[in-house]
Amino acid sequence: MRLTLHVWRQSDARDPGRFETYEANDISESMSFLDMLDLVNERLTEDGKEPIAFDHDCREGICGSCGMMINGVPHGPKTMTTACQLHMRSFSDGDEIWIEPWRAQAFPVIRDLVVSRDPFDRIIESGGYVSVRTGSAPDAHTIPVEKQAADEAMDAAVCIGCGACVAACPNASAMLFTAAKVAHLALMPQGAPERYDRVLSMVETHDEEGFGNCTNHGACEVACPKGISVDYIAQLNRDLFRATLSSRPANEAKE
Amino acid sequence: MRRVATLYRSTVGKKILMALSGLLLFLFIIGHMLGNLKVFEGPDAFNAYAEGIRTFGYPFLPEYGFLWLARLVLLGAVGLHILAAVQLWQRSRGARARKYRKETNLSFSYASRTMRWGGVLIFLFVVYHILHMTTGQAHPDFVYGDVYANFIIGFQSPLVVGFYLVAQVALCLHLYHGIWSMTQSVGATHPKYDRMRRPVAGVFATGIFIGFIIPPMAVLLGLLS
Ligand code: HEM
Ligand code: FES
Repeated sequence: MRLTLHVWRQSDARDPGRFETYEANDISESMSFLDMLDLVNERLTEDGKEPIAFDHDCREGICGSCGMMINGVPHGPKTMTTACQLHMRSFSDGDEIWIEPWRAQAFPVIRDLVVSRDPFDRIIESGGYVSVRTGSAPDAHTIPVEKQAADEAMDAAVCIGCGACVAACPNASAMLFTAAKVAHLALMPQGAPERYDRVLSMVETHDEEGFGNCTNHGACEVACPKGISVDYIAQLNRDLFRATLSSRPANEAKE
Repeated sequence: MRRVATLYRSTVGKKILMALSGLLLFLFIIGHMLGNLKVFEGPDAFNAYAEGIRTFGYPFLPEYGFLWLARLVLLGAVGLHILAAVQLWQRSRGARARKYRKETNLSFSYASRTMRWGGVLIFLFVVYHILHMTTGQAHPDFVYGDVYANFIIGFQSPLVVGFYLVAQVALCLHLYHGIWSMTQSVGATHPKYDRMRRPVAGVFATGIFIGFIIPPMAVLLGLLS
């Protein structure tokens, strides 16, 4: 098929940037979206032009590297799918496609479609861990974990940190990311003792990094390639509320 | 101290304060709507009801004591609600300084996107409403204490009723998202009841809308005089 691409080009953080239009011919519908960009890049290189920079690594939807706004939707039109797993059969001949980087003050553009997601690392550093040595993987069931808690923790732990939630949010809030990272530890016995300190620190870092506040639009849940629910945000809010009112020393705080 | 201060300092804490002040305003709104429906019991009952609010708790409280206490609490809630709303609004504007060229709306509801400007409209309405029905500056023929007459005369003009109607639409939308959002913001959620949160918000929002527009419409249609 034949497509018209409007791609955001920006050589570095200081460059104001602009859209450039490319005709992409002979695109097969079994290509992935990134394969399609690879092909466009090959042709750009042959013409002596700069290829389009974009992040990618695993190309199987698990690393969280790839990510771009495709016609105003993070990772494109298919739900529960990363850009690398999106196939060109989701488009039809003659389509115009607008491709933009994630837009957030906290995520400065490094080049073209590549943004810095360092703030996510700093949110994790501020609390997304368990302080005690938990040793090597224990035998299954030595520590009892309720089935429901295990399931809920896993459903939060599928977060790949791609940033689609921030990109989709009208407030550029990273609350879905933060909530998923808080929840998958809080729900586990190993993570429970630091539950309250963790939520306070991670929310504080979230705010310092310049993300907006969550107004419960729910766009993040729709955009998330892993389908993480905004129910985790409610849980984070509840934990923070309890943490602010709790009089117990932080390390003794229990559920 | 760091912990309690988080309630005001953090974005999540501010939303909790908004939810709590919003809850208070929501409860007031329900009471106000039910009170308005007393107008159908006739001038004497309606005026006695207004008188009852003025003298509530008398002689244990001074005559206007309860009324002013309620006013102060509501004023505080409105102030806190708007302060947090404006601070968070500014913050979020800064967080996405550069907009997308192509935008697709992924939000759950239209109501969530109109909270801020809808809130401003509700605020302007409340100011007008107080000048209209409480202090009388915006009323054509205000008689202090004759609440029933003020009510009937106040709603003779289709223009006035029209503005009340627009404000009630804004309030209905605000509450449809607000009631759901409130449970989210304080984390009052439960896997068993989560699916009912939207419908319950819808029922309250529409119930309040209908309850508020019935009396002015009845005056306009000549059913009350
Ligand atoms: C009748 C008066 C009002 C009532 C009953 C009311 C109620 C509520 C409730 C229950 C919420 C949900 C809080 C939450 O998200 O946790 C809310 C949110 C909000 N209200 Fe109000 N409100 C009123 C007036 C106003 C006014 C005058 C403004 C003016 C600026 C305003 C602006 C907002 C905004 C911006 C939100 C945030 C929505 C969000 O972040 O999800 N409200 N309101
Ligand atoms: S490249 Fe790893 S998730 Fe897309």
